[in-house]
Amino acid sequence: MSDLIFILLSDSFWAASLRIATPLIFGVLGALICERAGVLNLGIEGIFVVGAMTGWMAVWLGAGLWGGILVAALSGAFFGLLHAILTVPLGLSQHVSGLGITLFATSVSYFSYRTALPNVSSPPRIEPFQPLDIPVLSDLPFLGPVLFQQTALTWRALRRVALVWYVMNRTALGVAIQAVGDNPDSVDAQGLSVYGLRIGSIVVGSSLMALGGAFLTMSAFDAFFFGMVNGRGWVCIALVIFASWRPGKALFGALLFGSFDALQVRLQTEMGAFVPGQVFLMVPYILSIIALVIAARSADYPRALLTPWFKGQR
Amino acid sequence: MIRIEPRTGTSRVFSFVIPILSAIVALALAAVPLWFAGANVIAAYGEMVTGVFGSVFSTSEMLTRATPLIFTGLAAALAFRAKLWNIGAEGQLYLGAMAAVAIGSGAFDVPGIILLPLIIVLGAAAGAAGMAVPTYLKTRFGADEVVTTLLLNFVILIFLQMMLEGPLQDPMGLGWPQSSPILDQGMLPPLMDRMRVHSGLIIALVAAGIAQFMLARSVWGFKLRAVGENAAAARHAGIRVNRSLFGVAIISGGLAGLAGVSEVAGLKGYLTADLSPGFGFTGIVVAMLAGLSPVGVVVAALFIASVFVGADSMSRAMGVSSFIADLIVSMSLLCVLVGGFVARYRIVRADAGKAPV
Repeated sequence: MSDLIFILLSDSFWAASLRIATPLIFGVLGALICERAGVLNLGIEGIFVVGAMTGWMAVWLGAGLWGGILVAALSGAFFGLLHAILTVPLGLSQHVSGLGITLFATSVSYFSYRTALPNVSSPPRIEPFQPLDIPVLSDLPFLGPVLFQQTALTWRALRRVALVWYVMNRTALGVAIQAVGDNPDSVDAQGLSVYGLRIGSIVVGSSLMALGGAFLTMSAFDAFFFGMVNGRGWVCIALVIFASWRPGKALFGALLFGSFDALQVRLQTEMGAFVPGQVFLMVPYILSIIALVIAARSADYPRALLTPWFKGQR
Repeated sequence: MIRIEPRTGTSRVFSFVIPILSAIVALALAAVPLWFAGANVIAAYGEMVTGVFGSVFSTSEMLTRATPLIFTGLAAALAFRAKLWNIGAEGQLYLGAMAAVAIGSGAFDVPGIILLPLIIVLGAAAGAAGMAVPTYLKTRFGADEVVTTLLLNFVILIFLQMMLEGPLQDPMGLGWPQSSPILDQGMLPPLMDRMRVHSGLIIALVAAGIAQFMLARSVWGFKLRAVGENAAAARHAGIRVNRSLFGVAIISGGLAGLAGVSEVAGLKGYLTADLSPGFGFTGIVVAMLAGLSPVGVVVAALFIASVFVGADSMSRAMGVSSFIADLIVSMSLLCVLVGGFVARYRIVRADAGKAPV
């Protein structure tokens, strides 16, 4: 028990929690934007893979770190656009299209990686984002390591939370996006484009998801591995329901998940002798399911989620 | 202006033509990645065809590969018919396989004659249990089964690794994470000499036949389709929706469990954590290509298995990454989706009344 308190008080634990939460923050925000506009995007898992692969590949080819981030965002946007075309103007099943995007994006990434690097035994490494070194702030006790020695991408994720919150709650665009997810007919009656709002939201949301993947290869690790996304995208889909489609709660959910994940790694080293390590590995997924079960009853789904809308047909 | 409107009376021809066209388009689109990989595209297609139909052995390999896909395809097709989104067939497959090696590797004293039937029944039951849990969470708490089944895949895979390094580990396996082999009496007999194709294929075909009959002709199938098309209306008509969902969940999970049984007791003989290269997810593609029809699942599984086996031998011969197979499979899913749109809707000029363009 004293071990647990020791862990919870350590700065390295909270720094790890925020680090683990970073890709999820990007992913949950992306999923939130898509779903607020009324479209479920199960392409998220594959878009994570694409972001991880293309961002890493761009840097490896010499594009620079921020060039890699741009490439990752654009490739996420491309697969988002594909999902948007299939689900918005064509009105096809959002479930099946999303799974199709995940399978397609994953196999495109794996195939491209293998084709570019046919015979590598150990994955080539890049120089990833380095921890920030801000005078004074980074040297603060506790807050320094937890907040100010993260990489620039983590800060980008936190700023994105604020931006998404602002756009959703304080701008006409945000009102329109939420309206198109609740009642597209009313948006159409206002003379706004339902298709445009939905497609735009999916494209922007998908590029955020891709940044979550890019964080994995460009900040958390320094190389691309097959299977490295490992369900993080699906976890985001659970977290967005847990967060009832609110950016602030999404950040909270991602941090909560990150801290449980950081805790299980530490408990594993503490208690590995008594309990098989896999028990701890299961914890994050089981927690996501539990969070979903708790949130499901009161979940206030965007009312037009999963419902296609066609112009001139009420 | 153009406008999209539903077709009045969908032609039955579409339901045959669309999947075939989608498959052809996906295969044709594979030329792009092949060309990028620097392969001779024509020769590559040639290699794929001979890789599947070049010899009796290669065709038998294709049938071997199709067997688990028929099971997982049926699992997806039946559940999707009721709009129960079982994306967890991959995990349910491993539950079935774990049950099979747990009972089949001689840890329990089971008379030889009933060992194989017991393996089959328990494997199906384990898969069914794996789908019953998310269905309970859906009907009782309203937890979205898409997310729960997806996440349970990971939980089950980690549980599998725990079992393979623990209770199920082969004591003679030199510490490898693999199970003890299934006893000979517990194995599904092979269908042909010196070939790997096994009697799991027969079970899969029988399952498809039963599923087709039940879906089209039985009251159970009628209720299931009613629930899928409009759950509220079905409830209003006195159908117990939750009961129907549980019924199809158990059958869907059971079929996925049988995929695991068939792979482990028909092909591999022992269980490792890489038993399935994503059969659960590929089953979804199979089901969609089949238009969610059980008989169609058999045809679609043969096609997808041909893609995998053909692309495997092509990639060996031409030095192209074998991920090309996954690429073709995922493209055929997207193609059949778009094809389904063409079948259901037509684009009309808004100012030209009802005239089709």
